[in-house]
Amino acid sequence: MSGTEPLLEIEGLSAHYGAVRALDNVTLSVPERQLCAILGANGAGKSTLLRTLTGLHPAASGKVKLGGKDITRLPTERAVTHGLAHVPEGGGVIVELTVEENLRLGGIWRGRHDHKAMTEVLEFFPPLVERLDKPAGTLSGGERQMLAIGRALMARPRVLLLDEPSLGLAPLITEQIFTLLRDLRDRTELTVVLVEQNAAGALAVTDHGYVLGQGRVAIEGPSADLLADDRTRHAYLGF
Amino acid sequence: MTHFINLTLNGLASGAVYAALALSLVIIFQATRLVNFALPAFALLAVYVAHTVTQLTGAYWIGFASALGTGLLVGAVSERFIVRPIARTSQLNAIIVTLGLLLVIQGTVGMIWGNEQHGFQYAFSYVGRFSPASVFAVAAVAVVALLLFLLYRFTPLGLRMRAAAHHPEAARLSGVRVGLMLTIGWAIASFIGALAGMLAGPPFISPNVFDVVFVFGITSAVIGGLDNPFGAVLGGMLIGLGMSYVSGYFGSELATLAALVIVVIVLSVRPDGILSRPTARKV
Repeated sequence: MSGTEPLLEIEGLSAHYGAVRALDNVTLSVPERQLCAILGANGAGKSTLLRTLTGLHPAASGKVKLGGKDITRLPTERAVTHGLAHVPEGGGVIVELTVEENLRLGGIWRGRHDHKAMTEVLEFFPPLVERLDKPAGTLSGGERQMLAIGRALMARPRVLLLDEPSLGLAPLITEQIFTLLRDLRDRTELTVVLVEQNAAGALAVTDHGYVLGQGRVAIEGPSADLLADDRTRHAYLGF
Repeated sequence: MTHFINLTLNGLASGAVYAALALSLVIIFQATRLVNFALPAFALLAVYVAHTVTQLTGAYWIGFASALGTGLLVGAVSERFIVRPIARTSQLNAIIVTLGLLLVIQGTVGMIWGNEQHGFQYAFSYVGRFSPASVFAVAAVAVVALLLFLLYRFTPLGLRMRAAAHHPEAARLSGVRVGLMLTIGWAIASFIGALAGMLAGPPFISPNVFDVVFVFGITSAVIGGLDNPFGAVLGGMLIGLGMSYVSGYFGSELATLAALVIVVIVLSVRPDGILSRPTARKV
């Protein structure tokens, strides 16, 4: 299912909020074209992990490599140029801009407007087509999440970092979005790191899973195994 | 009827200056939630530079261009090296620093050029009800406002600047250099301030010449809605026209009172300004 060379390598990554250790020596690697789930309870460090990858939160120690290149201390605005697209918690859709402007913003770092990427994104998210010139603030929660993912895809990333796309969405919409991620991976070269509280849903679509607890990797394994093992489910995932 | 038309044209001309100042304040407020109290000092510096350059070269338009250039520069430098480092500590500190900048620049201008009035050359005649100078003022502000609208609405740079203003984190994740956008925003804002200064300055300039005009500029920005550029222009015109009518029909000593009345009426109906959007925002 997954490629051979790890595309994203995280070695001994630590990060703090003041005296609180949010990430404690986290090591994990994501091969190319893998769908990888990062699971764990509230405050386990899932979001911090993504925020540290894109420089929104400083790494205290450790290393992050993307395609063999060290990107640990990269400023946030450079992350996208190295192929990291981060959809933050809540999506980070800019409600004051129109849907089209939000999408254009995603690809803006390349300079010229990317019509092809726009067409592809709209093919993936048909509901956005007729809303293009509407303010993004008028979208429903599910549409916003689509827009957020669409904007990230406009950057033509190598790795898509998704922070709780299911937050606040109805189960049916969540399922659609998860299925979509799988489609995306199958149709493109995309690698996805999916942070989720909805462990059952995330494990059902991903290839590999990591469970964080108190900033550390508690367990990891192929998603199917994590889903099948009753003990891990009860102990760490709560379902 | 002629009286009314004259008053209207006059109001438009002074309204254009207020609108430009309000626009300048709004651009900065939108991006940083700061009111730039140093604006009249930026305009002042620009106008004095224009004065000197015009005297040296004998060409008004070279002076005019150097004023606008001074505006760009002083805005960019103030943002990058004075306001931004302090805004990191707190918003209030940054606002107070703009007040400090106002005093320092006004004082420095007085030290260099003296506190007495200087006669200021002008390209057009400013005599009469709706003079060529007034026409130029209205046209210049209209053109700048239009260009600004086109820049913000239709160019990639404008999109970057709006993204940086509304949602810095999302903008950075999309590769936008938010700090650079702030510097550019301040440069544009004080460019417009310099233009307003060149339009409001003549025929005499002295270090405090813009204080009163600035008060009306800030008034215009507040009644228009501090976060809306269209509101700034509308507010400027409202104040300009209102003051012109009142001074024409009831006496010029009541003009300032008219501005106050407009503020009270507008803010009691729309407390956030005429065109401001609802303040609550969702993630």
